[in-house]
Amino acid sequence: MTLMKSLMGAAAAMALTAGAALAEPALIFDLGGKFDKSFNEAAFNGAQRWAEETGETFREIELQSEAQREQALRRFAEVGANPIVMAGFAFADALGQVAADYPDTKFVIIDMVVDAPNVRSVVFNEHEGSYLVGMMAAQASKSGTVGFIGGMDIPLIRKFACGYAQGVMAANPDAKVIANMTGTTPAAWNDPVKGSELTKAQISQGADVVYAAAGGTGVGVLQTAADENILSIGVDSNQNHLHPGKVLTSMMKRVDNAVFAAFTDGVDMETGFNVMGLANGGVGYAMDDNNASLVNADMQSAVDAASAKIASGELAVHDYMSDDSCPALNF
Amino acid sequence: MDKMPKWADVVLIPLISLILAAAISALVILAIGEDPIAAVKLMVDGALGSTYGWGYTLYYATNFLFTGLAVSVAFHARMFNIGGEGQAMLGGLGAALVCLYIPWPHWSIALIAAAAGAAIFGAAWAAIPAYLQAKRGSHIVITTIMFNFIAAAVLNYVLVNLLRPAGSMDPATARFPEATHLPSLHDILAPLGIAFNKAGPANVSFLVAIAACFAVWLLIWHTKLGFEIRAFGKSEQGALYAGISPVKITMIAMLISGGLAGMMATNNVMGEAERLVLNSTEGAGFIGIAVALMGRSHPFGVFLAAILFGFLYQGGAELALWTKIPREMIVVIQALVILFTGALDNMVRMPLEKIFVTLRKGKA
Repeated sequence: MTLMKSLMGAAAAMALTAGAALAEPALIFDLGGKFDKSFNEAAFNGAQRWAEETGETFREIELQSEAQREQALRRFAEVGANPIVMAGFAFADALGQVAADYPDTKFVIIDMVVDAPNVRSVVFNEHEGSYLVGMMAAQASKSGTVGFIGGMDIPLIRKFACGYAQGVMAANPDAKVIANMTGTTPAAWNDPVKGSELTKAQISQGADVVYAAAGGTGVGVLQTAADENILSIGVDSNQNHLHPGKVLTSMMKRVDNAVFAAFTDGVDMETGFNVMGLANGGVGYAMDDNNASLVNADMQSAVDAASAKIASGELAVHDYMSDDSCPALNF
Repeated sequence: MDKMPKWADVVLIPLISLILAAAISALVILAIGEDPIAAVKLMVDGALGSTYGWGYTLYYATNFLFTGLAVSVAFHARMFNIGGEGQAMLGGLGAALVCLYIPWPHWSIALIAAAAGAAIFGAAWAAIPAYLQAKRGSHIVITTIMFNFIAAAVLNYVLVNLLRPAGSMDPATARFPEATHLPSLHDILAPLGIAFNKAGPANVSFLVAIAACFAVWLLIWHTKLGFEIRAFGKSEQGALYAGISPVKITMIAMLISGGLAGMMATNNVMGEAERLVLNSTEGAGFIGIAVALMGRSHPFGVFLAAILFGFLYQGGAELALWTKIPREMIVVIQALVILFTGALDNMVRMPLEKIFVTLRKGKA
């Protein structure tokens, strides 16, 4: 046994030195899967853009279960991948354990803050972007009732809902906002069937615009909204193209920019706390050919005015996560 | 009538099954345009080529050892315990409660207590289907499967609503206190002068699992209870005639089985994650069935099969990391091995038996 172990140790050393030569960046997707048309796909697009522009390659993995997080992190760190970017708040605990073991590796976590010298934490002001699409929803709605469908019921998603409701109220104080969450576990990020059912339930309550902030689940929401001939709002990536003429707009959360920036900065990146908001292009709403006919000039000017005010600090949108409460919506 | 020599039954059949599974997996990999030889090399390198790989292979093997033994014990009483997954989940809850709410002075005491807590929770979860089988004749296969879903729902509720620390978005418990952290193989082997990678999660519970193998061997073949379990498994009527109570044996065999499945938590919950997360069992309860089938329900066979599946799991993870083979394909490859070694046993066995019979006739 001892002999075998030492032989294996030698083999390991060789394998590791061979691996350490490549300082490729790595990207770890969360449970929704790489092609969720939303959050993870935005991260992938950012990495892809970096690869195309620089002609270099990167490592990636899609997680199969919650328990794999630490293994994926350690594996990449072990072979010298640098920097390692992880998409999702759920990595925080695993990263907190792993970061200290690899002081020379830079880690980037999106949507959560991990306080370590070699970690860059990127968080987004989703409430600001959601506020803008909320305004558009209220203006586009004829029934005066709009819906929100969240993925997993966590403060982060409530932050989306709260910003959205504030935007709706700002454009139409008499409007009604119906909010539902898909589930309480990470499985809620990838449950398009449930998303579809919730959409139908909200339509039966009178909603004629629904906003999905639910990762892969949102695909079902947008599909059902298009089938039932109401408008929907996409999230994270630009989802306008999924159902042209049926998706009012998408709340863009530029995860792709965050990943792109991390890969571009490479091993020499500045670590610490990064906030991506309206002011620095971290969030926004999507306009393209697919939704040009749905958004009239009045709507756009109103939204752009609000956007400028938020960016300049003149208008403050309440952040649910700052005090775990929302003035515009009860959960 | 003995149709085949023992060695053919124990060695040849699993080996041929494995080769068949490997061949079809190779075709699958070829079909998606990847190189099967490179894939195998990557799996072997990643799982066995370094102490880092061994750390993970043995970690997974420890999980499969516990669940494989659990299924084996039930098999000896001719019961098909498909509920290892649920029992291991509940075992995780038991271990987590023990680690979180009792201040332990040292990991060794914590390990004994957590193992006991995990075993009690796992056994309790197996007790209900066992009782329904023993007293009401509800089929154990159906009830244990259903209890997996109930266990997942219970765990879901407990983690989301009761054990999640304030301010955390992740449905998981808080970290266990420092004193309950188990030494990893790195910590154990370092004083012996053996360098073992620090990152691998294999820990002292691997030794607990080996001890459990030995204990199961003693129980099944060297105690009165083991004799009763086997007698009951061979023939319920015969056992009844010999004065063995079917209710008692059903209950006891399932309690032991559930307890063993629950004890897996000392490895994955206490040893690796050091907190309870959702899906911490990662399907080990189901793999345990394949491990028990392949190991012919003998602790030593289970040990070998558990190492093999540990290799497959870690090798599969490596494939996911370093190739473009999609994760669904890796599940397909793992499933093929389970299919051939577990479910399609007779496909290999029957032709092989015929060959041996003709050979024997030729001699006679």
